Amino acid sequence: MPTLDLQAHGLRSVNAVLQTAAADSVADGDYEIVNPLGSHAIAVGLNGPLSVTVKGSTGYYCAGMNKEADITVEGSVGPGVAENMMSGSVTVTGNASQYAGATAHGGLLDIKGNASSRCGISMKGIDIVVHGNIGHMSAFMAQAGRLVVLGDAGDALGDSLYEARIYVRGTVASLGADCVEKEMRPEHIEELTELLKRADADADPAEFTRYGSARSLYHFDVDNAGAY
Amino acid sequence: MCGIVGLYLKDQRLASELGALLTDMLITMSDRGPDSAGIAIYSAIGGSGDADAGPGKVTVQSDDPIADFDGLAADLADALGSPLEVSVNDTHAVLRVDGSLTRDRDSLMPLRSALARVRPGIRVMSFGQSIEIYKEVGLPGEVADRFDLSAMTGTHGIGHTRMATESAVTTNGAHPFNTGPDQCLVHNGSLSNHNSLRRELAHHGVTVETENDTEVAAAYLTHRMAQGDTLGEALQASIDDLDGFYTFVVGTADGFGVLRDPIACKPAVLAETDQYVAFGSEYRALVGLPDIASARVWEPEPATVYFWDRSGMSAQEATEYAHA
Repeated sequence: MPTLDLQAHGLRSVNAVLQTAAADSVADGDYEIVNPLGSHAIAVGLNGPLSVTVKGSTGYYCAGMNKEADITVEGSVGPGVAENMMSGSVTVTGNASQYAGATAHGGLLDIKGNASSRCGISMKGIDIVVHGNIGHMSAFMAQAGRLVVLGDAGDALGDSLYEARIYVRGTVASLGADCVEKEMRPEHIEELTELLKRADADADPAEFTRYGSARSLYHFDVDNAGAY
Repeated sequence: MCGIVGLYLKDQRLASELGALLTDMLITMSDRGPDSAGIAIYSAIGGSGDADAGPGKVTVQSDDPIADFDGLAADLADALGSPLEVSVNDTHAVLRVDGSLTRDRDSLMPLRSALARVRPGIRVMSFGQSIEIYKEVGLPGEVADRFDLSAMTGTHGIGHTRMATESAVTTNGAHPFNTGPDQCLVHNGSLSNHNSLRRELAHHGVTVETENDTEVAAAYLTHRMAQGDTLGEALQASIDDLDGFYTFVVGTADGFGVLRDPIACKPAVLAETDQYVAFGSEYRALVGLPDIASARVWEPEPATVYFWDRSGMSAQEATEYAHA
């Protein structure tokens, strides 16, 4: 397994090695990054199948713009992990800071700990599974994809939500504008079961509540001006 | 953008390393604030007891230190009518004075007037018993070097790297701000109601020296504490009274607090071990701390006051007031 020392080689050099290996599909086994020391933008822009493990906590924008690669962080991540991910997977064994999975179009973001505010903001197709709690304003303007939370959600969950589906097992501090509780139909149990399985989450789908858009704020109507 | 670091020692065996640890943390945050830097360091001298019992400390600054600090001890002692000691450190100097002079803002007035008479170019950076504040314009590494911050010792310290948004890049615009005895505040963010709050404080006789928004917040907390609030209560009240974006880190003679606004978009990371509580705007500021790999590391919740002091050695997430 090739080991890349971030402190010895520097961020650009490490990312260049990973990006080249991913793009050319010349991966020489799985890559391991040591000494991340909270640095920003680690393992970003990987454009092909590659397995990367980061041994320690990272700073901002780890695993951003990921496509097809499977990236694991053994530690916690700073703001914007897996931002704009297209496909592949990002696993965080610790906690994630704000806007985890923001604007991401696909793939799986699996956070074993907690995620803070604005988790899944403007998500566009990504699946996010958070084994702990999520902070306020999560799934704000979320357009597509699924957000699964095994713990509790903070204030204003799903504010101005479009078509993303949210499943929360614990309590929700408050729902945002146009986000409502919805019925769990068999197809929802089915998709939740599959998501929990993909994230190795030991939880009973029947304990979750589904939240989605009431679809009343999709198009601006002056009568709704006070609701935004 | 700005950077904040803070280190509060529970285990005083680390006291001799405080300056070195904080300096590394501060320099790591250079990207977040390359225009000015400052540090408040609390040394055990004087302690946190009755102000009358120990010597008071006043940190002052001059843009012309060679001229202003020459003969300062004698001239100021004459004007003040009581003896004092002066230790010069680059553009700053620490005045050791009678404890009765640094008890609160009012008791500092004789010293301020004496300074204005004998050295009008000198500005007061901090007063109290244990606090010393050093701040200047420049890259954090350069600021740390000129004051030899890494050699400083103490019980706790707070540092700030500034990327100015709300007022000019000047020494006085740099953080930390000290507005009450042994109190200091650093800030990442911007306050939107600081002008109205400045006028309100003026009604209560509290003057704010600079145009800086953060100094208003510091003066607000000092004012609340002068009215009887604890630091935790003053921070709690600020959630209602301060409008804008902020992550605050505050220090007192024996305490250390953190507060983020309810939106909490300004970053913050806390770490705690048996030996210390540490704050960083980013985790990378903390990576050089002893045993950081086994520390409890977390992101402070929005609108929640975190406060540690010597009365309880374990973490006191003092008040989950906001959710109570």
